[in-house]
Amino acid sequence: MPYRSVFEIIGPVMIGPSSSHTAGAARLGQLARGIFGEEPEEITVRFFGSFSQTYRGHATDVAVIGGLMGFQTDDPRIRDSLAYAKERGISVSLIPEAEPPEHPNTLTMALSRGTNKLNVTGVSLGGGAVRLTELEGFPLNLTGENPAILILHLDTPGVVAAVTARLAKNEINISHMGLSRRARGKVALMVIETDQAIPPEVEADLMGAPHVLRVALLQG
Amino acid sequence: MFNSIQELVALAQDGGVPLWQVMLTQEEEATGRGQDDILEEMAGNYRVMKEAARAGILGVTTHSGLCGGDARRLYDYLQKGSVLTDSTLLKAVCYAIATNEVNAAMGRVCATPTAGSAGVLPGVMLAMQEKRSLPDSAIVRHLFTAGAVGFVIANRAGISGAAGGCQAEIGSASAMAAAAVTELAGGTPGQAAHAMALALKNMLGLVCDPLAGLVEVPCIKRNAAGAANALVTAEMALAGIESKVPWDEVIEAMRQIGRTMPISFKETAQGGLATTPTGEAWKQLLWS
Repeated sequence: MPYRSVFEIIGPVMIGPSSSHTAGAARLGQLARGIFGEEPEEITVRFFGSFSQTYRGHATDVAVIGGLMGFQTDDPRIRDSLAYAKERGISVSLIPEAEPPEHPNTLTMALSRGTNKLNVTGVSLGGGAVRLTELEGFPLNLTGENPAILILHLDTPGVVAAVTARLAKNEINISHMGLSRRARGKVALMVIETDQAIPPEVEADLMGAPHVLRVALLQG
Repeated sequence: MFNSIQELVALAQDGGVPLWQVMLTQEEEATGRGQDDILEEMAGNYRVMKEAARAGILGVTTHSGLCGGDARRLYDYLQKGSVLTDSTLLKAVCYAIATNEVNAAMGRVCATPTAGSAGVLPGVMLAMQEKRSLPDSAIVRHLFTAGAVGFVIANRAGISGAAGGCQAEIGSASAMAAAAVTELAGGTPGQAAHAMALALKNMLGLVCDPLAGLVEVPCIKRNAAGAANALVTAEMALAGIESKVPWDEVIEAMRQIGRTMPISFKETAQGGLATTPTGEAWKQLLWS
């Protein structure tokens, strides 16, 4: 069941004109911004499916850029987010793609600032609900409704134990956990969903675990 | 968690409570939030609905500059006092259009269940509140009735035009409003469910074919149709008319129709009204 709350049906409160193409896109931008951890200098967004055909009329372009700058779905600044981005010196590329996607409302975001780089894919489900489906080429299934920790690490024995020990020490309970990797011994992604918000010091603590390359917190 | 209209109605009947109460209880259980907190958030959403309708009646111009002012026209027409049908019906239609004009102008709305269909439920509820002189609290409670029905439709069939066409947006909104207004008028949970099914059946197959990829034509006026359809089917359900096709089977039919609908009719502006000569001309004017 993709929808869990009545406020996903009666809500969100948002700037129009489309809950899937505007509010959903803003939400995807916010989630990516949260994982990226800072304001990007360069943003490339690629639109697929319905997004690629109607992104201008449905304000998907301004919404996703607004979200990436941290604007909420009901923030009127969304209307002029491209001007705000320019003012802040953010370089923006918006590219409609012809390739048919698995889900009709799909977009990818490539973000960079200095050496910090991130590739995220998300889909908009309708009514403002979204799901992140890919991070750095690894499959993902996050709605952003609950707090989550994303950890890129080397696929080595003991990493999971080291991470979970640090979470236990910080009294953080895991509600769901998943691992994916491209090849044995190479970079892997660990996704941990938690019951409670994650204090920022936990991020530093997790970075200290052996073979951990990158930690990002999604606060839900 | 209830996963079908059948389960939702059974929970209400077994507990001797209205549908809105079942939704409210589930929200408490699913989120761990208190009832007052949840009701207050919904009251806040209702305030947003009222503000949007009010702004639309004053008159707005949409994002493209090509639409707007129709809510104002209807409002003025209503003030003259000689309408063909009934002023409650016309008010619902007027507020529905007002809300969706504000949405198309990139104003602030509450998505119910989507932004493109955000006029239907507020239109119907605001008109009923005026007709019956009801307090806000009565309307706010019945937004949970709408939410309960929408929750099932969203989880079983989907509510996005890109996945299911306009039937998934205006159709779902109309079904939600029909159930809510039926229960608000004193209908039983079963009658509210029949109103939901009757409203949705009338919207099956509706395609999403917006001109120039905007959320303006035909979206704004379809909100009017969705609101009127909700009131008509609510009256039928209150009269004791039942849907011959069971509630959840209607929702399943919508899912199937949406799945097999050509992509050109699913929010891609590649067919229907979007590709009429006028649709092409708008596209040319705005995006080339």
